[in-house]
Amino acid sequence: MTVTVLAYGAGNVASVQFALERLGATVRLASDPTEVAEAERLILPGVGHAAYAMDRLRALGLAETIAGFPRPLLGVCLGQQLLFEATDEGGNTPMLRLIPGRVRSLPPNPALPVPHMGWSKLSIDRDDPLLEGLETDAWAYFVHAFVCPDGGATIARADYGGPVPAVVRSRNRWGCQFHPERSSQTGARILRNFLELPA
Amino acid sequence: MTARRIIPCLDVRDGRVVKGIRFEGHRDMGNASELAARYRDQGADELVFYDITASPEGRTLDYGWVRDIARLLDIPFCVAGGIRSVDQAARCLDHGADKVSINSPALERPDLIGEMALRLGSQCVVVGVDSRRSGDDWIVHQYTGDATRSRSAQRRTMDWITEAQTLGAGEIVLNCMDEDGVRHGYDLTQLAAARARLTVPLVASGGAGSASHFLEVFQQADVSGALAASVFHTGALPIPRLKAFLAGAGLEVRP
Repeated sequence: MTVTVLAYGAGNVASVQFALERLGATVRLASDPTEVAEAERLILPGVGHAAYAMDRLRALGLAETIAGFPRPLLGVCLGQQLLFEATDEGGNTPMLRLIPGRVRSLPPNPALPVPHMGWSKLSIDRDDPLLEGLETDAWAYFVHAFVCPDGGATIARADYGGPVPAVVRSRNRWGCQFHPERSSQTGARILRNFLELPA
Repeated sequence: MTARRIIPCLDVRDGRVVKGIRFEGHRDMGNASELAARYRDQGADELVFYDITASPEGRTLDYGWVRDIARLLDIPFCVAGGIRSVDQAARCLDHGADKVSINSPALERPDLIGEMALRLGSQCVVVGVDSRRSGDDWIVHQYTGDATRSRSAQRRTMDWITEAQTLGAGEIVLNCMDEDGVRHGYDLTQLAAARARLTVPLVASGGAGSASHFLEVFQQADVSGALAASVFHTGALPIPRLKAFLAGAGLEVRP
């Protein structure tokens, strides 16, 4: 099992890499568009500010490479958000436009601190190979202050003062709002499922 | 909703976990990696590693050691100790840490909080606050890892936590030093006062001695997480037993 993790200077590359290595995968770190385009499967990690991440992707010439990538692609945390059209983060930041809809800030709620930081239960909306074998009420570790639109791409949700699209899918592209690399057995199962998707 | 987080804290010196009473007289509690793996397997929700002598000694923590921990853990962890620049914080994250916690350096130069939040995102930036009662109020202390240098930072705790949040902190860990290591329970009054002033998650620290102390701090101070050290390191309160107790009392915890 070989997987390429995009090392573009705005992701928690090491923790994703280690989680994949714990599963026995061969991990390549890449930022060169040609190398990325040839990957067997691709993970787009992301932490920090969406505008900074998009600047990095564009500076490295990776935005089109990701859009044209034909095999399994998984965006993690900010990497999931980047798949959508635009975000409120930084005012109005255009993103990769691979899934329709706009990412918005979590609404203020006196009872719920922001960022949404901690373990929340997943509720699976529809069967998908990425979610194969997960228990009902699987727990996952979230850290985010912006939330993806809850639309047709959502395949699993968490609840944090409203629906939080926790796993999304559009064709060969998946996203996890939570951190599978830090979500214990739930996360390990999802990463293993991703590694086993037909490439 | 999120599950209430149970967070063992490992105070580390030279790769060994140590624990003191009211920040003095450290005792050896075991190897850091071994304890980390044990807590992971017992269902800890997150771990915090403090290199307690880094800040007083004017150095930063060992990145190789951060990497070793990151390979081992499949739960989030935060590192702290002598991180005084954005680059040092970024290197901790590059080596696999999920969050960095800053304490004395943030008091020396509060703008560090905002600089870290801008580059790394607020969600990675934890501000640790050591607080001690002073009359009817609470005052921040700094350099608490070294008994000979520990001193008042001349700031009110409630002012400092709100300033830290405004500057970009994504989480506050409030360590109530009067309770630290004595296991008589968390400082519920102080933590509830802090919770009322914050919109970011608040983690309680200092004073846990029994399962009921955790229940009280979640119910009465509404904190997102509770951090503890000696009660876990000594084996006095195994995490599975604590979580079963909290679940039995109606709190949401991750099994």
